[in-house]
Amino acid sequence: MRELPDRCDVLIIGGGPAGLSAAFTLRAAGVGSVHVLEREAETGGIPRHCGHSPYGMREFRRVMGGQAYAKALSARAQGAGAVLHCNMTVTALHPGGRVSVSGPDGLHEIAARAVLLATGARESSRVARHVGGTKPGGVLNTGSLQGLVYLDGLKPVRRPVIVGTELVSFSALMTCLHIGAKPVAMVESGSRPVTRWPTHWLPQVLGTPVYFNTELTAVHGKHRVEAVTLRHNGQDRELEADGVIFTGKFRPENALAREAHILVDAASQGPEVDQFGRCSDPAYFAAGNALRTIETAGWCWDEGRSVAQSIILALNGELPDRSGARKIENARGPIAYAVPQYIVPGTQPAALKQLQLRLSRPARGAVKLGTKSFNVNSRPERRITMPLPDAGLPLTLGFDEVK
Amino acid sequence: MPQLRESRDALFDVAVIGAGVVGCAIARRFTLEGAKTIVLEKAHDILDGASKANSAILHTGFDAPPGSLELRCIQDGHREYEEICGDLNLPLDRCGALVLAWTEEQEARLTALIEQARANSVDDVVPLSRAETLALEPDLASNVRASFQVPREALIDPWSAPHAYLEQALLNGASLLRDCAVQAGHFDGQSWQLETTKGAIHTRFVINAAGLYGDHVDQTLLGRTDFDIRPRKGQFIVFDKTAAKFNRHILLPVPTEKTKGIVVCRTVWGNLLVGPTAEEQQERDTADLVPETLEYLHQKGAEILPALAGEPVTAVYAGLRPASGDKEYQIRAHAGQNMITVGGIRSTGLSGALGIARHVFALGQKAGLETTPLADPIRPQVANLSEIHERDWQRPGNGGIVCHCEKVTRREIDAALEGPLAPNTLAGLKRRTRVTMGRCQGFYCSAALAACTRGRLADPMTGESDA
Repeated sequence: MRELPDRCDVLIIGGGPAGLSAAFTLRAAGVGSVHVLEREAETGGIPRHCGHSPYGMREFRRVMGGQAYAKALSARAQGAGAVLHCNMTVTALHPGGRVSVSGPDGLHEIAARAVLLATGARESSRVARHVGGTKPGGVLNTGSLQGLVYLDGLKPVRRPVIVGTELVSFSALMTCLHIGAKPVAMVESGSRPVTRWPTHWLPQVLGTPVYFNTELTAVHGKHRVEAVTLRHNGQDRELEADGVIFTGKFRPENALAREAHILVDAASQGPEVDQFGRCSDPAYFAAGNALRTIETAGWCWDEGRSVAQSIILALNGELPDRSGARKIENARGPIAYAVPQYIVPGTQPAALKQLQLRLSRPARGAVKLGTKSFNVNSRPERRITMPLPDAGLPLTLGFDEVK
Repeated sequence: MPQLRESRDALFDVAVIGAGVVGCAIARRFTLEGAKTIVLEKAHDILDGASKANSAILHTGFDAPPGSLELRCIQDGHREYEEICGDLNLPLDRCGALVLAWTEEQEARLTALIEQARANSVDDVVPLSRAETLALEPDLASNVRASFQVPREALIDPWSAPHAYLEQALLNGASLLRDCAVQAGHFDGQSWQLETTKGAIHTRFVINAAGLYGDHVDQTLLGRTDFDIRPRKGQFIVFDKTAAKFNRHILLPVPTEKTKGIVVCRTVWGNLLVGPTAEEQQERDTADLVPETLEYLHQKGAEILPALAGEPVTAVYAGLRPASGDKEYQIRAHAGQNMITVGGIRSTGLSGALGIARHVFALGQKAGLETTPLADPIRPQVANLSEIHERDWQRPGNGGIVCHCEKVTRREIDAALEGPLAPNTLAGLKRRTRVTMGRCQGFYCSAALAACTRGRLADPMTGESDA
């Protein structure tokens, strides 16, 4: 294990796609000391335990499995001279880029000129979904399911219910297929699938019914899941199952920022950033799914690379001061949040090149950004982007809905 | 492992039925007094019934019925906990409580409650005006009218305490059988022959500490019972560690006849909890979570500490109190039958356990149990999981953090799995280490946890969990 430094130029918290691409970019641009702290036993992030899915087109110009992709990202960052430290958990962020770390050898402090928060996202637990009943074993997220399957070679469920129809929900379905499990149902509270990805044939092929307008309201069983309650049109029925996979409803893993002095946007649940990916403490930057949920590995990789360019400018004293930042005021309506939250006047290229929105409910109409207007017809959890507003114009965000 | 040896042929002095907090404390007391003790637990692991879910408070008894056995046990128990917590490495957060009045009626009752507290020898209570209350608890909703402070109400770890009690018993010679349900028993005038799912147990005395099944065990062994268990469910919500900064004292409502009411307090692990409800039910095995009730608890919490409105709830749990029809503890020695029933320990089991154990030992002595106290008993230092002492992740050689939300290290997990009171289920490992009990509820660490528990738990996926 490499020794942790006492100081460095850039400290990157999180060795997933965003953190690793930032590490590579910083070193390739000649930044002296770049260290990545990863709390898991290996770098690579979520792709590491997602065995299937197409990865790598944007980054390596070929289709790869998740594990190969994770290894390739790690090798590229390391090859450029970034130092990757695994089994290192950051326990506190202090003003000005000082960070507390816990590792197998105990506590350590690192003072960095800049820190990148690339801590990613996690799926909502059953608690956040207000599910009732008991708390037996066999209640998992896609993340824990895939960890148990692909990292440990276990078969934790045989007949689970899959909750959700996001991209990741179909990933969970494929993982079930991989271990020979036969999901008894997919359950979606909305009237149609959340994802646009053309996977609607998958459940049919597997013989798994998909129930729309249906909520999973309770889990039953003492030691293992034995059944669930499904609610459709106010009617409850029980369905036998030996597991529940709660998929998606990702949220930024932002506990470090929340516990520290860094301002967190209650709506996006990520740190409040300007177009350079810079946080309320300008020693800190953020990129990837720590900013908002949920984007593909390729998007996060690209964002890591762009925010790394901002960090280079900051190290050279070339970023405009954050004190001139103007907040984008979101009048809400169906707009759940927008990232970045601040625009700083200046000519330096933005790292977050577009304004990223998410809706809180399905909606059709025009997004009004200052004097500009963009037609939108979309649903929650889907990416909506538009050009960044000019700092000189009114920064109000509204929505004219067409019913 | 000490708990599995030669139980079948031996004659025990005492068999304790039930390894909840009360059974664990009784096993410790009798062992320290020199009795050859065995603990029989019907579940896979200890603390699997009423003791797996509570509000983790060490009470003073300020509001207990004056002159009651419950009051005496709480106060003896509180005193003994303070004496032994250093020896056993148990946390004690002496944060004190505020009993809050929100209405005119409640305010009018404060004086009587203060008098009751003083009559109960809790004479350090301090009446507080609205301004004084808000000065002590600045994030409290400003419509509070008045309060009084109970300085010695404290926070403890509801699992490490009973684990320490039983571990000390085991290390000093006691035995433990799990998956051991008592099915029948015969008293021949000298000793008991208990028929269990783990074979016959021969013992001079039997102590029924079966909690939610206390009346059933009396029925099985004595053919009669003079109390009925009426389970009373309590649901709780737990906020993330970021919410703990809004709270300093244990915030208690003015109690009613039936319940202490909904409490807001921190935990020794650095979270903040709101609960419990008090809901009577027939079912003794399952405590169902009800989303609407959890929502209500969140609202209720936000009425007391407004900042909680915007804080995420990261865990929810429900437990069952082994209430009987009577408010008072149902503790009695059955004359001529070498049996003591310890039942109806309604809601103060954690606070009262050590005191109950002393009381039960005295009853045993009266019934003819003669023992010689251990001269120099082993005092195990149990693992500290609380934020008020140094944690393992802050020390070298910890093997790295496995559960990131609760900062549980590999060394802590190994120590739990190899200790004298090793768990055999994931639920048991959770209570001993807090793995997967944080905000991600296992999203990140399930795989790493499965890898390091492989072959060491009976069923690694059996994860019924709490808190």
